[in-house]
Amino acid sequence: MAIVHDVMPPFQLFQPSSADEALDLLDARPDTWVLAGGMDSFDWLKDRTKRTSAVVDLSGIDALRGIREVDGGLEIGAMTTLVDVAEHAAVNARFKMLAEAAGLVASPQIRNQGTIGGNVSQDARCWYYRRGWSCYRAGGSTCYADTPTAVNREHAILGADRCVAVSPSDTAPALVALDAQMVLRRRGSERVVDAADFFLGPDIDITRLTVREPGELLTAIRVPATFAGARHYFEKVRDRQVWDFPLVNVAAAFKESGGTIQEARVVVGAVAAKPLRLRTVEAQLAGKPATEDTAKAAGELAIAGAQALRFNAYKIPLMRNLVRRAVRGGPLAATT
Amino acid sequence: MSHDDAHRLHDVPASVSRRNFIKGVIAGGAGVSTAAYLFRSGTLVSGQARTGAVERLITLTVNGQTRRVDVAPQETLANTLRYKLGLTGTKLGCDRAECGACTVLVDDVPRYSCSVLTHSVRTKKVQTIEGLADPDGTLHPVQAGVVLEQGFQCAFCMSGFIMATVGYLKKHPSPTREELAHGVSGNLCRCQDYDKILTALHRGSELARGVTRG
Ligand SMILES: Cc1cc2nc3c(=O)[nH]c(=O)nc-3n(C[C@H](O)[C@H](O)[C@H](O)COP(=O)(O)OP(=O)(O)OC[C@H]3O[C@@H](n4cnc5c(N)ncnc54)[C@H](O)[C@@H]3O)c2cc1C
Ligand code: FES
Ligand code: FES
Repeated sequence: MAIVHDVMPPFQLFQPSSADEALDLLDARPDTWVLAGGMDSFDWLKDRTKRTSAVVDLSGIDALRGIREVDGGLEIGAMTTLVDVAEHAAVNARFKMLAEAAGLVASPQIRNQGTIGGNVSQDARCWYYRRGWSCYRAGGSTCYADTPTAVNREHAILGADRCVAVSPSDTAPALVALDAQMVLRRRGSERVVDAADFFLGPDIDITRLTVREPGELLTAIRVPATFAGARHYFEKVRDRQVWDFPLVNVAAAFKESGGTIQEARVVVGAVAAKPLRLRTVEAQLAGKPATEDTAKAAGELAIAGAQALRFNAYKIPLMRNLVRRAVRGGPLAATT
Repeated sequence: MSHDDAHRLHDVPASVSRRNFIKGVIAGGAGVSTAAYLFRSGTLVSGQARTGAVERLITLTVNGQTRRVDVAPQETLANTLRYKLGLTGTKLGCDRAECGACTVLVDDVPRYSCSVLTHSVRTKKVQTIEGLADPDGTLHPVQAGVVLEQGFQCAFCMSGFIMATVGYLKKHPSPTREELAHGVSGNLCRCQDYDKILTALHRGSELARGVTRG
């Protein structure tokens, strides 16, 4: 029988105008659903795969929106829309890969409404999980995407531990590559977490993708000056050129001098449950000339240990080639 | 929303205080008693007007008109427009932000109305396909372009495409065909004549700039 997609089940709606009011609410009732742009939230609620009796809508909190200069870097309010990140002059001038990543998310209407805070906080897109199967991530004891008959073209090739869902976000790898920091607040306290530690693999926690606890709000993302003006690279490969989540994406930054890489950040998304920072590749790149040989070696090292599921073996050469391109700065020039 | 809730709303006697009114509505809407939570913390009580759960009777600005309407907290804008305000020019395709049929302008920005809570646009201006033509019936240039070029087949996707284009042109008044294609890339057509659609929408962008062709 067809699934009837009507409106969501009822919930109470709270629309505070300050973060403190929202935090008071979350403190009183930590299970309140946090609503940013809703582009992930509404699916869960409409499908009734997740339910909630109360929602706090952050869209009326002006203080959570906007991009500010801080110590040569930028502080991006969690409720800043993806289009505002993609079109912001300072983001484009200094953190190009972040502007590109935000501009490649989904579709124009989704970028007009989806926020950067929601983009890094969104849940996994594994359809077994999203359809409400009681898999590990949903608290069960099976991964339906990792059985002999499973359809798992989009799933993990690295870091899988029981669950094979991948990180769906385009901005997340860029933020990890830029050494960004996540500002998490709860009533009366604040903690700042490195982007690389914000995201979680199933080995640490199989039921959530980030360290954010109930009762906490992500209020801002800080992008330090560290890689401002360095050579940036972002590339996303997807099936359709609009709407689709990354099959694999890569975000990288290189500080170079005289053709030699001094410091590198290489982060790959949609291959594991969190954006994977390739530290061994970064270490190998330091001090090397930015040549084709270096690029090739980086690509090979990147996929060490990668394991294919039934339908996603293509992701291994794809990841290798994207890392290669990042180091090289693009596809090989066509030879005539 | 159930009929029960509707009765509850309209049966509220004038003497009921606003706070009790909200309480009653919330309890009805959520199907659970919430008063204990609502009034537990002092800050929440004093901040009730701003932080309290939303009232259902709200005022929307749609196509330049002020409309009073009873809206459930979980209601999407597409549903309010179509089923409460009778503005059925806005179509519902996927109800999942995956097709664009429901595109309307919120403060001049194209949004998927299937994926917007009506309560979140209370202070904003909503524009639908019904609000594009002049009061005397003169079509908006983008509509005129569509008529001139016969842009659509079944046209289920048409109002979404037109609203996406009108919104895009507000920020980019002179797009190339390529740029416009990117601008309306958040809209799908099941009949799939994108080439003709683009020709029509691009013609509309020219008409909007007063470009005439012989
Ligand atoms: C059709 C479609 C295609 C898409 N394609 C892509 C794509 O290609 N690439 C990509 O990266 N994304 C894609 N997305 C995902 C979309 O970009 C994200 O869902 C969106 O950015 C989430 O942001 P939001 O503001 O809408 O958040 P919401 O949906 O409101 O929130 C998402 C989650 O994060 C939590 N949350 C949000 N903000 C905060 C905060 N400040 N503090 C604490 N918790 C918070 C919410 O509780 C919720 O669980 C797509 C979505 C759809 C529907
Ligand atoms: S109905 Fe809203 S995008 Fe399809
Ligand atoms: S003309 Fe039929 S869906 Fe577009």
